[in-house]
Amino acid sequence: MKSPKWLKRFFARLSGYPTSRAQDQRLQEEIAEHIALQTADNISAGLSPAEARRQANLKFGAVEAMKEDFRSQRSLQPIDNFLRDLRFAIRMLRKSPGFTIVAIATLAMAIGANAVVFSVLNALLLHPLHIPQAETFYGIQHGNEASSYQSYPDYLDLRDRNRSFDDIAAYDAAQVGFDTGENPSRVWIILASGNYFDVLRLQPFLGRFFHASDEHGPNSAPYIVLSYAYWHTHFQDDRGVVGRVVQVNKHPFTILGVAPAGFNGTLVFFNPGFFVPLVNQEQVEGVNDLNARSHRFIFMTMGHLKPGVTPAQATADLNAIGSYLEKTYPKDDDQRNFALARPSLYGDYLGKPVRAFMTGLMLLSALILLAACANLGSLFGARAADRSREVALRLALGASRLRILRQLFTEALLLSVLGGALGLWGSFVLLDALSNWQPFSRWPIQLPVNPNANVYVVALLLTLASGLLFGAVPVRQVLHTNPYEIIKGAPRGVIHGRITIREVALVIQIAICALLVTSSVVAVRGLMRSLHSNFGFDPNDAIVADTDFSMSGYSGERALQMQKRMLDAVATIPGVQSVGLIDWAPLVSGGAIDSTVYTGAATDLRPSNAAAKPYMFDISPGYFQAARTTLLAGRTFTWQDDQNAPRVAVINQEFARKVFGSEKNAMGQYFKKPDGTRIQVVGIVENGKYQSLTEDPSPAMFVPFLQSPSTQTYLVVRSDRDPLQLAAAIRAMMRTLDPSLPVYMGPWNQELATALFGSRIAAITLGVMGTIGAMLSITGIFGMASYSVSKRLRELGIRMALGAQRKEVLQAALGRAFKLLAVGSTVGLLLGIMASRVLASIVYQATPRDPVVLAGVVAAMLLLGLLATWIPARRALSIDPAMLMRED
Amino acid sequence: MKQKTDVPQGTLALMVLKTLDVLGPLHGYGIARRIEQISGDLLAVNQGTLYPVLLKLEQEGVITSEWGASENNRRARFYRLTREGRKQLQVETQDWQQTAAMIERFFAAKAEDLS
Repeated sequence: MKSPKWLKRFFARLSGYPTSRAQDQRLQEEIAEHIALQTADNISAGLSPAEARRQANLKFGAVEAMKEDFRSQRSLQPIDNFLRDLRFAIRMLRKSPGFTIVAIATLAMAIGANAVVFSVLNALLLHPLHIPQAETFYGIQHGNEASSYQSYPDYLDLRDRNRSFDDIAAYDAAQVGFDTGENPSRVWIILASGNYFDVLRLQPFLGRFFHASDEHGPNSAPYIVLSYAYWHTHFQDDRGVVGRVVQVNKHPFTILGVAPAGFNGTLVFFNPGFFVPLVNQEQVEGVNDLNARSHRFIFMTMGHLKPGVTPAQATADLNAIGSYLEKTYPKDDDQRNFALARPSLYGDYLGKPVRAFMTGLMLLSALILLAACANLGSLFGARAADRSREVALRLALGASRLRILRQLFTEALLLSVLGGALGLWGSFVLLDALSNWQPFSRWPIQLPVNPNANVYVVALLLTLASGLLFGAVPVRQVLHTNPYEIIKGAPRGVIHGRITIREVALVIQIAICALLVTSSVVAVRGLMRSLHSNFGFDPNDAIVADTDFSMSGYSGERALQMQKRMLDAVATIPGVQSVGLIDWAPLVSGGAIDSTVYTGAATDLRPSNAAAKPYMFDISPGYFQAARTTLLAGRTFTWQDDQNAPRVAVINQEFARKVFGSEKNAMGQYFKKPDGTRIQVVGIVENGKYQSLTEDPSPAMFVPFLQSPSTQTYLVVRSDRDPLQLAAAIRAMMRTLDPSLPVYMGPWNQELATALFGSRIAAITLGVMGTIGAMLSITGIFGMASYSVSKRLRELGIRMALGAQRKEVLQAALGRAFKLLAVGSTVGLLLGIMASRVLASIVYQATPRDPVVLAGVVAAMLLLGLLATWIPARRALSIDPAMLMRED
Repeated sequence: MKQKTDVPQGTLALMVLKTLDVLGPLHGYGIARRIEQISGDLLAVNQGTLYPVLLKLEQEGVITSEWGASENNRRARFYRLTREGRKQLQVETQDWQQTAAMIERFFAAKAEDLS
């Protein structure tokens, strides 16, 4: 079978490609010979030599066009042309480094921002869980609020009575003391129902999982399944761990196996060290709530829907069980109705805001890209206008318009690919840092947002699309180029005074940039100020040391004795002024406990009759002194406030106002806890911040830890000694008490990370967005200014020839750009001041009424304007009128 | 992108093959002159269009070329039909004749012939 002709030619072209120079040479010779022969013939026909040569040339036709045709025959023309265009584009870009750098940086920023946002979106919302059939997997949350907690008996009822789920699993998160024989450490774990891994349809990486059949009542299944990451980091991939016995809170547990890589429980951001059966709650959490229907300690319940069951049917099914529970257990269960939600972000609790936030962010970054393309488009238009002579010349020489457009597009795509690659690289670095970032030292919280194939595809598409988009701007210009007019030097029209859409768009960009700059300055200032405001305690010069005695096997009276001994011991360390104990340090742990209280006269103790839901803290007698919380009335606790004494509490102002009407009324009064205990108010302290810096004044109550023991212990140690030395001294002291006690320590003001998290994120986000906004404004102004300078080059030259001063030239060239900058900045600043109200809900003490903010914004915008107009201004000033005149 | 030629490319290629078949190895100018002589106005202008056609034929393997000396003793590229070229010429001549005959019959047909 003969190979088809076109295939033969294809290979001939492919092989012909490298010898193109030799072939050009050959063609050149053939043409010369052809014309020489024709000329000789013409002479012998009686023409003069000059005329003979002319006729020969005429007869041969357009040499260049023929050569082009010849070349297109010879090689794979698209590739050849492309390489030619590419080389030319690189030369052109290298000739104007300012333009190139600005363009690439803008694109890198815009495409990088899109890649980052899309990557996060992809990781958190599109593909959060690495489990089989994730699309039918739902979490069960409450219908009236976006939370999912359940009590264990309720969970059992849901599991056994529903007809919509294959099976339902439950889990809770807890922190335990973990001892493998070496360093005792604190580890966050998942307490999971026995069917957990089976409901998730997972297979172990190593060993085996625990199953429902392993559960035989409380503490019957002392088993551990390690997460892959923890096995990797803490057991160095040792396959021999299966079957090893380790200590969890001083109880022996057997390691059964290792979960598959990439599975870290069903909360995307939470990375537990290992999984333990829920029936062993008592050993892990120190309490047994398995029979308490009112203790909703289970974090979440979830499962796969049965094939063919819709979420709506499942919800109805669950609600039927809910009303059964309401009827059967009116004391414990009221208002039980349910909804389904994705479990990866704790249902709608985080899922809803995260979804809204990410959608908004995605939209915003798309807009950023669009704005970047618009700016680059106008820059490109300016360049095309500058090059109109070159274009005209090429057209006159016989280049087709398509060929010229292809050249321009090659340049645009080269820029966008360079920018895209840089942006993707940047986003890769950023995402990697983000994935490894642990914002809270106390929680194993990490966002697995590493980019995957989806992200690369999206970035590539965006890159190509943006290159085509801004490359398309000069198309009309080129298509309507009339080579004769331009080469003749026909004046290009200059339009004055009209406001174009481009200018309006630019003003909007500048305004947004100024808005972002204002907001980020406000946020940073607020953040700085909030470190020095009144929290109801003084976090400076104090160290917080926290431990949990249950992790070393203490409970009840023995834990209490240890806590007392610890307080006494730490107080003897030189330099310690005071020391106190609290079960949850305010603003540090983020896990302050809500309790429910009733007025002293209340008899019907149902949740709906509650007088207030204050934060409740167990404290030692010295706590208020150590924390520097001001006592406003009454007394603090003494060591006599123990189990044998009447129940007492110190409340804050807000509690007094809410439950008793005023502080005066509150002293000496009684209130009731849900179990009916009457508690007398013996003191009132100032309000404080407990959970977050921006929270409204919240009621809080403090009770003596002797009357309400807790193994969770935060020591507040006040001292003006160097925190590092002091921490070492405290640690040594703890060792002498019990070496197996895992202790976590740090200066209180540094431990406010949780509380300041929102502010920090807001400041960082706004800073990043502000930078992007600034970048966009710079390219926008740069594009407009260089366009106006290149359009008016001749006019400016004439002005200079007629004796205009530098100042006047600059004014003529750039006046408009600066006017736009001023208008945009003013609008943005005003908007920023208004937006600060919104910001105040995230960043504590954010206010724009601050001279530093105003000055900072004005300076930033001015700097930006100077940067953007630097190159065009230089160009306008370096105009040489004589040269310009000669040129035309 | 294609330069417009006054001669359909396929026709020109066929003429080149036939010329080489009849006259043996020739350089480009020689081919052009023969075609001009035989076909009259064809190739009176735009002789240059011949060279891309020659290259194409060479790539297809129906002709080959080598350097030789021209009439005035200068280096010139001489083109020669290959065996495959000869075969193709036969095939294409046949095709062409069939087509021409068919078109001829078609044009000669009158209305009554078609009814």
